[in-house]
Amino acid sequence: MQILRYIIERFFHAIPVLIGVTIVVFMTIHLVPGDPIRIMMHGRIDDSEVAKIYQDLGMNRPLVVQYFDFVRHALAGDLGMSLIQKAPVTSLVLEKLWPTLMLLGFSTVLSILIAVPLSLVAAFYRNSWGDAVIRLGSIVGFAMPSYWIGLLLMLCFGLWLGWFPISGIGTTPLEKLHHLFMPSLTIAMFLGPILVQSLRSSMLDVMTSEHIEVARAKGLSEWRILTKHVLRNALIPVITVLAVNISWLLSGAVIVEYVFGLPGLGSLLVRSVGYRDYPLIQGLAFVFGVLIVIVNLLADLSYMLIDRRVLKG
Amino acid sequence: MTVLEAGLDTRRRRSGLLREIASWSPSLKVGVTIMTVIVLSAIFAPWIAPFDPNEQDFNAILMPPNLTHLFGTDVLGRDIFSRVLFGARIDLVIGFITTYVPMTYGVILGAYAGYVGGVFDSALMRIIDVAMAFPFLVLIIVILAILGPGVQNIYISVFILAWTMYARLARAEMMVERTKDYITAAQILGFPRRRIIFRHGLPNVINSSIVFSASDFVLNILLVSGLSFLGLGIQPPNPEWGAMIAEGRDFIRQAWWMATLPGLAIVVTGVALALIGDGLAQRLGERHHTTV
Repeated sequence: MQILRYIIERFFHAIPVLIGVTIVVFMTIHLVPGDPIRIMMHGRIDDSEVAKIYQDLGMNRPLVVQYFDFVRHALAGDLGMSLIQKAPVTSLVLEKLWPTLMLLGFSTVLSILIAVPLSLVAAFYRNSWGDAVIRLGSIVGFAMPSYWIGLLLMLCFGLWLGWFPISGIGTTPLEKLHHLFMPSLTIAMFLGPILVQSLRSSMLDVMTSEHIEVARAKGLSEWRILTKHVLRNALIPVITVLAVNISWLLSGAVIVEYVFGLPGLGSLLVRSVGYRDYPLIQGLAFVFGVLIVIVNLLADLSYMLIDRRVLKG
Repeated sequence: MTVLEAGLDTRRRRSGLLREIASWSPSLKVGVTIMTVIVLSAIFAPWIAPFDPNEQDFNAILMPPNLTHLFGTDVLGRDIFSRVLFGARIDLVIGFITTYVPMTYGVILGAYAGYVGGVFDSALMRIIDVAMAFPFLVLIIVILAILGPGVQNIYISVFILAWTMYARLARAEMMVERTKDYITAAQILGFPRRRIIFRHGLPNVINSSIVFSASDFVLNILLVSGLSFLGLGIQPPNPEWGAMIAEGRDFIRQAWWMATLPGLAIVVTGVALALIGDGLAQRLGERHHTTV
C-alpha cells in the first residue's frame, strides 16, 4: 500500500512540472520577435501564403485555445509539422531519439565505471596522495570543454591510431557500439569528474557511519565491508547524483553529437536552429523536457527498490 | 572580485593582507596565482601579444608551433598565441558577467522567498522547477533560436535562466537561518523586513552561492565557448576561444594545433577557477557545490 502511495505521490509531483514544460514549449514560437513564419521562410513568400500558413497552423486563434490544442495534440503524440523538412515533427524526433538514448546509456555506464572506483579509492584513502591526484584529476576534467575532449580523442584514437571511426553511427549493433564509444567516452570524461566530486563526500559519509563501525567491530575484512556495506549504501547517492546531472548529461550530449556528427536529437536541434524550424525546435525542447522529468521519476522510483526507508519519509 | 572578498572573513581587516594570504589553502593560493596571471595577460594583451590577433600573413599559413609562433598559425596565417591572449578578454568578461549578474538577483530573490515563504515562495519554486526540467544548454539554444545568435542574446538568455541555481541555494539557507535566534532578535526589535533579510540574513546565506559561483564561472566559460563552437555565439573573426576551436575543427587533419591549443586556455582558466572554488569551499566551511 505504502509503495503504491509513494508511486502515485511521485507522479503527482511530476504533473505541475510537465504542465510548465508544455507552457514554455508552447510559448517558444509566440515569443519570436516579428513574424515567425516570415523569418522561418527567410522572407521568400508573399502575404497570402503567410496568411494561409497561419490559417493552417491555427495561429490566428486566441492563445489559450491554441495552448489547449497543443497539449491535446502532444498527448496524442502529435507535435505538429516541420515547415522546412515537410514532415511530422514526431517522426523526425523519434527517428533521432534512439541514437541519443544509446549515447546516454553508454556514457552513463562508462561514467559509473570511471567514477565509482575512483571515488571509492579517494574516500577509502582520504587525504593520501592518491586522493589528492584523483581530486586534482576531477578538477581538470571538470574544466575541460566537452567538444575539446571530443576533438582530442578524435585526433588520437581516430586520426592517428585509427582505432575508432570519427563520425556517423553505422548500421549493425556492433558497429553502433564501435561508433558510440568515443562520443560516450567524451561525455564520461566530463560527467565522471562531477560524479567523483559528489560521490567522494557521500562515500565518506557512509564510511564514517555507525553500521560500518559495527561491521568492522565484527571483524569483517575491509574488502567485505567495502563491497557489502559501503557500496550498497552508496548506490543511492550514485543514482541521485546521476539524476541531478541528467541536465548536464543532455547538454553535453547536444555538443558531443554535433562534434561526432551523430544523427541524434542534439545535432538535430543545432541544425534546426540554423534553419529556424520553430515547430521542430518546439518538439525537440518538449522531448528533452519530458526526458528529464521521466529520469527524475525513475530515480525516485529506484530509491524505493534499493532502500525501503524512503517509503516512510 | 569584490563579491568574493565581501564573503571572506572580516579577519582581513585586523591582520594584514599578507598574513591573510598566508592562511589560504594551497589550492586557493595556486588558483588565485594562475587567475591573476590570466587576468593580467588579458589586460595587457596588446603589449604582450607578439602579433596583431587579426593580422593575416599569407607567408605563414598553418605553421606548426615554433619559437616565433608559440601556438602556431591558423589557416589565414594569424598567430594563434596572440589570438588566445586577446580571447581571454572576451571569455573572461562574458564569463564574469554571466556569473555575477544572475547571482546578484538570484540570491536576493531566493533569500526573500526563503524568508517570507507563502505564495511568493511557491510561485518562485515552480518557476525554478520548470526551468530545471530542461537541459540548461537546450533552453539557452531555444532562446537563441527565438532571439537570434550573438553575444547580446547570450547575455539575455543566461540572465533569464542562470539565477535559478542561486535562488535555490539562497532560499534553502535562508529557511535554516530564519529560525535562528539572531533573526528572532531582530524581529523582536521591530526591524523592517527588508533590513532583516538584507542586513542580517543575506550575509549568512551568501556563502554557498559564492562557493558555487567559482564553478559556475567555469561552466559559463564552457557554455559561451560551447555556443560559439556551435556557431551560435561569438562570430569569427573575433578571437573567442570556442570559436577558434570550431575553426580549427575543420583543419584537424592538417593542423592539430589550431583546435587543441586554444582549448588549453579554457582548461587552465577553468582549473584555476575550480581551485579557487575548492579553496573557498574549505574556507567558508561549505561542502563542495559543483553540481548541487
